[in-house]
Amino acid sequence: MIDFFFLVPIAIGLGLAGLASFMWTLKSGQYDDLEGAAQRILFEGSERPDL
Amino acid sequence: MSCCAPGAELCLLQVRNLNDEILLASRAVEDGLRQTELSVPDIHCGGCLQRIEAALARLDGVIRVRANLSTRRVTVVWCGEIPPPFMSTLETIGYRGHLHDFDASGKDATLSELLRALAVAGFAATNIMLRSASVWAGAEPSTRDLFHWISALIALPTLAVSGRTFFRSAWRSLVHGQTNMDVPISIGVLLTFGMSLYETIHHGPYAYFDAAVSLLFFLLIGRTLDHVMRERARQSVAGLARLASRGALVVQPDGTQTYLAINEIEPGMTILLAAGERVPVNARVIKGSSALDYSLVTGESIPVKATTGTELEAGILNLTGPLTIVATETSVNSFLADIMRMTEAAEAGRASYRQITDRAARLYAPAVHAAAGLAFLGWIIISGDAHRAITIAIAVLIITCPCALGLAVPMVHVVAARRLFEQGIMLRDGSALERLAEIDTVIFDKTGTLTVGRPRPTATGDTGPNMLALAAALASHSRHPYSQALVSLDDHSRQFDFDSVAEHPGKGLEARRGTDIYRLGRPDWAITDGQCPDSDHTATVVVTINGKAMTCFSFDDALRDGTQKAIARLAKSSISAEILSGDRERRVQGVAKQLGLPWIAEAGPAEKIKYVSALSRAGRKVLMVGDGLNDAPALTAADVSMAPGSASDIGRNAADIVFLRDNLEAVPRAIEISRAARALVRQNFTLAIIYNVVAIPFAVLGHVTPLLAAIAMSVSSITVVANALRLDGRATTQNGLRTAPVAKPVIVGADK
Repeated sequence: MIDFFFLVPIAIGLGLAGLASFMWTLKSGQYDDLEGAAQRILFEGSERPDL
Repeated sequence: MSCCAPGAELCLLQVRNLNDEILLASRAVEDGLRQTELSVPDIHCGGCLQRIEAALARLDGVIRVRANLSTRRVTVVWCGEIPPPFMSTLETIGYRGHLHDFDASGKDATLSELLRALAVAGFAATNIMLRSASVWAGAEPSTRDLFHWISALIALPTLAVSGRTFFRSAWRSLVHGQTNMDVPISIGVLLTFGMSLYETIHHGPYAYFDAAVSLLFFLLIGRTLDHVMRERARQSVAGLARLASRGALVVQPDGTQTYLAINEIEPGMTILLAAGERVPVNARVIKGSSALDYSLVTGESIPVKATTGTELEAGILNLTGPLTIVATETSVNSFLADIMRMTEAAEAGRASYRQITDRAARLYAPAVHAAAGLAFLGWIIISGDAHRAITIAIAVLIITCPCALGLAVPMVHVVAARRLFEQGIMLRDGSALERLAEIDTVIFDKTGTLTVGRPRPTATGDTGPNMLALAAALASHSRHPYSQALVSLDDHSRQFDFDSVAEHPGKGLEARRGTDIYRLGRPDWAITDGQCPDSDHTATVVVTINGKAMTCFSFDDALRDGTQKAIARLAKSSISAEILSGDRERRVQGVAKQLGLPWIAEAGPAEKIKYVSALSRAGRKVLMVGDGLNDAPALTAADVSMAPGSASDIGRNAADIVFLRDNLEAVPRAIEISRAARALVRQNFTLAIIYNVVAIPFAVLGHVTPLLAAIAMSVSSITVVANALRLDGRATTQNGLRTAPVAKPVIVGADK
């Protein structure tokens, strides 16, 4: 049992990574226009995301 | 064809005004750039976004454009002194834009905070639940302790970040000596965490970190949805065209013209008022003549003539000709400001409404805390073991922690607000839904509320398509509302080329082609051969060719679509309706007779408030539906209020609910949805109470384990949410609200 304890920090670390990336998306304004984002994907635009 | 003389000069004037207005409404951002927010309600798909962004980005001086589909807004960053022509560019690609005030926009800080809290709570709840699952599965004591410690380490920052919303609100209400639902939530969460930490330190078998954190998670979901729904409704209302002017074109003593903001206008200043503009401050006409639209100010539906010496109140719309006016009051003393003061007074006088959750919390919190206290005392007396007694008391708090109660109301409100949103009905105030369910009396304003505020022509005499087309062609040269109504008569298949067209304010339009003179206007001016046809004594406008009357038009204010049906539906749900209007007696009577409603005419803003508050004092629950400036104080004084999207800015801001489609059936529909929501809220409360009544004995007897608490909490929350979702399927009726609003002309005697 104790041999698998190294999985605990990995699991928490993955969770934290997910949380951190969510915070980043929130901060960069990716939730400001959810409907627009869903529509924009249908049009050919610039290669890079414009933020 | 020469354009009507005043029109040409006015066009130039208006472009200058618009540029100044854009400057006033824009905000300086980094290094010399300015940012302007435009609200474009017609954006409806991704294609719109592309077209708008491409078109505006091509303009000189535009640095960045970003269109937003959710808020129907466009943000433009530009440089230079003169704004690029956004508005005309938008118009050429088929969108109508209006300026959006800066203070009203900006990022939604509350939403970001709620999302951040929700994300942290979600992360913590899942990770702690993972550790808890292995503890419940029967981990060895050393593993269990380790997992408890990890859980405690995750839970502590979570409480700080995600719990803050609840703690702050609970603290605020405790400071004011009240309780709301956040008080038992905060006490429950903090005690649960404290006890679990104590158990962890002393290697106890039970820790409830998962309960504390998932409680926050569930409640935050409800709050976030609630906030998103309300914000969407608020923004749709904020995106409506601003009717009040931001400033006016003032002529300085040296003859130069400057655009000044409204609050900089002093009495005695000379102002140029173009046709189509609203009077900025109380003023007197010194030059020019025009027709004025009082409908938003007094509720009067028929345009009134203005000449030199006419006193004007702020907010009146100038319809046909340019006027030179001199300000008689500052904006602080203007009619608008009077209305604002009256509205504020009415606001202060209104009994504050306690929301149902707060009323429930007032009973619930003491009951639960008393139960926990009694459990503690009982176990102290029976066993004398303080630790065990505290554990059980806290278990009672955990099991009764109002997770279901906290979700019971918001979830129903979210679903109801979405249903209303789909029907074009925007809830501006959260408690409006509850107040709306209680009402038993509806008071309607007439002009602009029961009626569309647009005249509907009835034609008599020669009503052949050629004459109607001629009338429409003549009318298209004027901004007078009667003319605008006549324009809609024609399908524009025929062309009339006049040599010249001139508008005579207060009289009508005169056009020449070759030797023929065409006139459209008042009978005594247009008819010069003295032979009036039989029907003309009722006519308000006639078309004449060389002085001979051809077609007569009379106008009435068309009822909104669905008005009859709306009144019938109100009567069916035993709600009494009345008309309270500022318009002349004769016109109010006409509409009232058509609808079979009791009426009061020529009521000023003060009488309107008095009437509404008298009804409230008599114990009636009043819904006020109105649109004008003169309705704003009464809207505030009523228990709950609705305004159409076409209402004045002040009327819209005073109303709790704004309906954007032209159909008046929005009123009974909103009432029906609010009543269905009230029934569901009551059911949810019953469910939550039943659940507590069943669970408390287990907790008091000491049979609650963390596993049991987690299951009970999830099941009760899911039950409440599922019940709230039933509103979606209830009270769904036919899609009657989607019909287009058209004031159809009535053609009398077309077969003659």
